Amino acid sequence: MADFPGVRLHVVNGKGGTAKTTVAAALALALASGGKRVLLTEVEGRQGIAQLFDSPPLPYEERKVAVAPGGGDVHALAIDPEQALLDYLHLFYKLSPNGIPARSLRRMGAIDFATTVAPGMRDVLLTGKVKEAVVRRNKDGSPAYDAVVLDAPPTGRIVRFLNISHEVGGLAKVGPIKTQSDNVMAVLRSPQTAVHLVTLLEEMPVQETIDGVADLTAAQLPVGGVVVNAVREPLLPPADLVAAEQGRLDTTALATGLKEAGLDAPEPLVQALGQEALEHAQRVALEEHGRDTLARLERPSYELPLLPDAVDLGGLYRLAASLREQGMA
Amino acid sequence: MKHLDIDATLDSARILVCCGSGGVGKTTTAAALALRAAERGRRTVVLTIDPARRLAQSMGLSELDNTPLRVVGVDDSQGGSLDAMMLDMKRTFDEIVLTHAEPSKAQAILANPFYQALSSSFAGTQEYMAMEKLGQLQASGDYDLVVVDTPPTRSALDFLDAPQRLTTFLDGRMIRLLLAPAKAGGKAYLKVVSAGFNVFTGVLTKIIGAGVLQDVSQFVAALETMFGGFRERAQATYDLLKAPGTAFVVVAAPERDALREAAYFVERLAAERMPLAGLVVNRVHRSAVTSLTPETSLAAAQSLEQSGGSPLAAAVLRLHADRVQLAGREQRLEQRFVSAHPDVPVVEVAALPGDVHDLAGLRAVGADLAGGSQALSA
Ligand SMILES: Nc1ncnc2c1ncn2[C@@H]1O[C@H](COP(=O)(O)OP(=O)(O)OP(=O)(O)O)[C@@H](O)[C@H]1O
Ligand SMILES: Nc1ncnc2c1ncn2[C@@H]1O[C@H](COP(=O)(O)OP(=O)(O)OP(=O)(O)O)[C@@H](O)[C@H]1O
Ligand SMILES: [Mg+2]
Ligand SMILES: [Mg+2]
Repeated sequence: MADFPGVRLHVVNGKGGTAKTTVAAALALALASGGKRVLLTEVEGRQGIAQLFDSPPLPYEERKVAVAPGGGDVHALAIDPEQALLDYLHLFYKLSPNGIPARSLRRMGAIDFATTVAPGMRDVLLTGKVKEAVVRRNKDGSPAYDAVVLDAPPTGRIVRFLNISHEVGGLAKVGPIKTQSDNVMAVLRSPQTAVHLVTLLEEMPVQETIDGVADLTAAQLPVGGVVVNAVREPLLPPADLVAAEQGRLDTTALATGLKEAGLDAPEPLVQALGQEALEHAQRVALEEHGRDTLARLERPSYELPLLPDAVDLGGLYRLAASLREQGMA
Repeated sequence: MKHLDIDATLDSARILVCCGSGGVGKTTTAAALALRAAERGRRTVVLTIDPARRLAQSMGLSELDNTPLRVVGVDDSQGGSLDAMMLDMKRTFDEIVLTHAEPSKAQAILANPFYQALSSSFAGTQEYMAMEKLGQLQASGDYDLVVVDTPPTRSALDFLDAPQRLTTFLDGRMIRLLLAPAKAGGKAYLKVVSAGFNVFTGVLTKIIGAGVLQDVSQFVAALETMFGGFRERAQATYDLLKAPGTAFVVVAAPERDALREAAYFVERLAAERMPLAGLVVNRVHRSAVTSLTPETSLAAAQSLEQSGGSPLAAAVLRLHADRVQLAGREQRLEQRFVSAHPDVPVVEVAALPGDVHDLAGLRAVGADLAGGSQALSA
């Protein structure tokens, strides 16, 4: 049984560069495994999903980008605020996207303007589109997607991005946009949603994760799991790690061992290797400290290995399998 | 490869700007450069943006404070000093409004909900305010050297582009249209604006409600009184970045994406005729043991494991092989940059085992920045 059974919207978020896009894609693959239909969305106009799946830039259109293990499809959508606004106008005001009003809005840069002056407005449009995909139904009443995964903006902006009713409330107390933002908010705050945080075992991303959880909780947004990315296995046996960290690595034994393996073991070489072991042990200790700090959040947590090179399609499937084994999906 | 002589730069520059993509070590490098300059005898100030908590504390920065504070624990025997501050972007923006708008208008602007949204979340506000603060610090005459950190963006180019974006926005067509009623007054306004605008207001009213649109117009009208000031300041600071005495330090991690961003940035600086001091490749892994190749190490580790020999030696050998392989990958990536940009001076800073969170750590990074003679030799 996966850890988030009732969740249909998975928001993936974290400090910049921690691998939000990679984890969002891996999670989408994991959720789709075994015959499910999943939509993976991005909102920052960077075409990160297309790059990851080696596909040409995504149009504003839901497109199948990958097949999951055991059957199941991942579809992707790059949501763009301008298109989302036209969609919104079409849906609620029957304004054709190719009609004169819509065209002149675009020509005048009005959309740019509106979304610049009031970023809250842009975020309502973006999250509104995500929400629409979450609640969309097929003709027979079944959900159009089993799950929707959102590759969200970085932690610094996440609460502002998701807590749209607060942002919009400051600008519009009544009116259609207010109503729309309340509807979106209702889904975001419901048990159908989980906001996951991606982190590395380093000081700043760990701190941002702690702050992120606090901010999300304060905004009554449901916190999901913590995904610890780029984890390296410690290479030294536990006892040697402790000794190395305390600067008491047994260099005599090391020298003997090297000779046993048929290597020359002059003193400077042994010392230099000992120094490398020390630095490794310090790094491991620091990571352990990060892990302890994260454990205090008492959230389900998942670890992904550091892959030798940047993540390609094969790597993505590996990460997806790992998330599945650990029960995230 | 040309070697970056950081001390020469620290002794002569008046402004140093540390740029690079997210998380590569801009803040750390800025602080380390500033500390080193101060200890070499210059009156230095460092403007940091969102520093790691412990680093901020070690420099005596416990909260956002828009004025520089003296850092204690700096060696002042050469006559230098170090001040540090953390940028408070909202407050910097407020200060500009208060300086440039008439008092009655200023209050209206500060209270307007759109101003509040713009000043705290417009993409680019942080960059603009960093430049603004840089200009102020430089103009104060209190410092020989101003070192600036740049905001955590994905692309280093944002720092150069953002202020432009903000002024272009403020000068934009929509703003002028929204101002038209105020300017032309009454009926004349109908002639000035296009039919498209009426559609626009119609639609916007539909979406957001009439009250909001009125707020926007008021905000824009109030801001207009200070546009001139805005534009001039943005231009003046931008010019400062081209002035003699300014130098950019581009920071990158030895990773594909970060080096690609660094390459874009270096090319852009050249196109803008902005002075580049050089590239800092931060957090590189090196190994002092050059005689032991990864292949030999792994083979030896394997033979130990098979023969039931020393597990410690086997583990240390695997560790070493890992590190040398990583160093090799990093060097190949760096070499690619160097081949494409042979004229850019480069220096490497070693990855320290721990975070950099105190003056001692900054000094170590500073020494590496100055000494980087082992570049590409590991
Ligand atoms: N487990 C891993 N092992 C190795 N490389 C990884 C791993 N996870 C991510 N990466 C690499 O790290 C880089 C950043 O990942 P990604 O683009 O997913 O981050 P992000 O958080 O979405 O970044 P941004 O904040 O810019 O949107 C990519 O080059 C990716 O291939
Ligand atoms: N040479 C180094 N060795 C070890 N750790 C380092 C080194 N340089 C930086 N760090 C650590 O890396 C982290 C990120 O560094 P820093 O905050 O300077 O990056 P940044 O580029 O300013 O990031 P951001 O884009 O988020 O502002 C910090 O925890 C810092 O201590
Ligand atoms: Mg991303
Ligand atoms: Mg920084």
